[in-house]
Amino acid sequence: MILPGNAACHGCPISLAFRAVEEIENPVLVIPAGCSTVIAGMHPNHALRCPVVHVPFASTTAVACGLSESYRRRGIRGNVVAWMGDGAADIGFSTLSASAARNDDIMVVVVDNEAYMNTGTQSSLSTPAGAYTTTTPAGKDTGRRDLALLMLMHHAPYVATASVGYIRDLRRKFRRASGIEGFRFIHVHSPCPPGWRFDSSLTVDVARMAVESLAWVLWEYDGVLRISDISRRSSVSRRSLREYLLVQGRFSGVDDAMIERLEREVLENWKLLQSLETVLR
Amino acid sequence: MQQSVRDRGNKDGEGEVKLLTGNYAVAEAVKIAKPEIIAAYPITPQTPVVEKLSEMIERGELNAKMINVESEHSAMAVVFGAIAGGSRAFTATSSHGLAYMYEMCWWVAGSRLPLVMAVPTRSIGAPWNIHADHSDVMLLRDAGWIIAMAENAQEAFDLTLQGFMVSEEVNIPYAIGYDAFQVSHAVEPVVVRDVEIPERRQAYSVTPDTVIGLNAVTTTARHYARKDLMVDLENSRKVIERVGREYPEEYGFYEEYRTDGADYVVVLTGAWAGDAKEAVDQLRSEGVRVGLVKLRYIRPFPYEDLRKMDGEFMVIDRASSGNRGILGIEVSSVRDVAANVIAGLGGIELTQDDFYGLIKRFAEGRLSGVVWYP
Repeated sequence: MILPGNAACHGCPISLAFRAVEEIENPVLVIPAGCSTVIAGMHPNHALRCPVVHVPFASTTAVACGLSESYRRRGIRGNVVAWMGDGAADIGFSTLSASAARNDDIMVVVVDNEAYMNTGTQSSLSTPAGAYTTTTPAGKDTGRRDLALLMLMHHAPYVATASVGYIRDLRRKFRRASGIEGFRFIHVHSPCPPGWRFDSSLTVDVARMAVESLAWVLWEYDGVLRISDISRRSSVSRRSLREYLLVQGRFSGVDDAMIERLEREVLENWKLLQSLETVLR
Repeated sequence: MQQSVRDRGNKDGEGEVKLLTGNYAVAEAVKIAKPEIIAAYPITPQTPVVEKLSEMIERGELNAKMINVESEHSAMAVVFGAIAGGSRAFTATSSHGLAYMYEMCWWVAGSRLPLVMAVPTRSIGAPWNIHADHSDVMLLRDAGWIIAMAENAQEAFDLTLQGFMVSEEVNIPYAIGYDAFQVSHAVEPVVVRDVEIPERRQAYSVTPDTVIGLNAVTTTARHYARKDLMVDLENSRKVIERVGREYPEEYGFYEEYRTDGADYVVVLTGAWAGDAKEAVDQLRSEGVRVGLVKLRYIRPFPYEDLRKMDGEFMVIDRASSGNRGILGIEVSSVRDVAANVIAGLGGIELTQDDFYGLIKRFAEGRLSGVVWYP
């Protein structure tokens, strides 16, 4: 779905996710400003094998809603995919929330690299506590907002988390979402080598370490919430969170107290998901 | 060449006369245009337009989808998506709503997607004020939209209908401004034309089988796209005039009122043109050689026509900018404006007597430069 020679950085997680778009039937992508815009290419070039409508940040899911409704009225089969980073999810949150609440017939993919990477790593609402960004030079003091859980609370037909470290799982979730009608949300964890400061050969490893340490939990909701087997296994033989954090330069300044705080948050999140799994079954 | 309105329906472009507010007149025109998708967020004084359209949809009179959005930014984004997909769409807003959707207005124009939007014109805060002036619709001046201004409910109805035809011929979005409350909420007899609008036309649409990267990052292409838009916007005047001539009222691009041999010319736009014309009649009867130009369009703007007209110019504005009004700036770019009155912001009404007094003072050489009134 993505052509070689595109403008992605070495080891870019988003270009991995782009490859999985081939699992989606008749996709039309709506992309706001961000790394994905750059990867899609500069006019007149086009690095994606599907139509793309580039749009301003806060409009993304609303434009997708209009396109989708137009196709429905015109009898055109298509999967309109609002494809955005965590930045567009921040600035367009009310748009995103309204789309979910209206149950627009669109897929939303948030490729979350936990900061505003296209403008050079500024803090976002997805940036975890302790992380260095250019706008949190002493490390962020507030925690990460959980977008996927917020979307779950909108009663959407399909909500899932995924990771570029587990591409088969991600592909399956794209395929699954592609076949469902209504609002579908997939939150893709996307470790960013320059933004997180790790070697560009390690993208998949870092992504897997996030899952193995429960810093990122894979789950899926389609009326029933299930924690994915990958994460369930990770909870049994859990990798150290400290190891995941310290492989990244952005956490190099954190002290033990911050690591303890993050550990506490990770475990709380895990317990929350386990309870949700019990309730939403 | 499109079929003329006069030939298209019954009774030579006539129709049923209904008592309608400006907002309901616009809704009736939109119903005739049969949009597939409507998206809007409520704001006074625009709200009755989309409420009426919602009722029409509910009653099955209009086969469209009403998408209730959480903001005007999203309203314009939804219709942007809808028209990019190839559907006829409609939205309406006012004041802060237009300011909030401003970013998307550029995207619709820059993408060369035809669209019609109604703007019952209202002041913008601060301070809060829900009443009429033209501050909001003038925001569109630089965005690359056609901007029509209606004097009354009939014009609001007709310009809305014309808007669909013009916009879809030139692939440029089209806004119809009409003054808050005086037009949007006042009831007038309106001829609801018994006509049909041609099928939807647009330059392109984005569907799953088109490999297109719409609005990808550019360098020089942006410059030339913008230039093309502005050239086409200027040229849209020919289409506007042609479509306007099809109506029994023969809508001109602007209206000249008693400008023959005028020593003094008043330029303005919007609902109060009627009061100003009464004042012109009164002054003419007293031997003052004064005429009036009512602008029916702000974009494109009739620079050359105004430059060629005889007489000393007085521009009466309902929107401010810098030390002049916005119309004052526009007219000043082609000729001297002896007086630029900025009046009636935030719903202050000018009566026939006000216009009489202003024009008389101007003709007597007692009014010049930028004047705030009252």
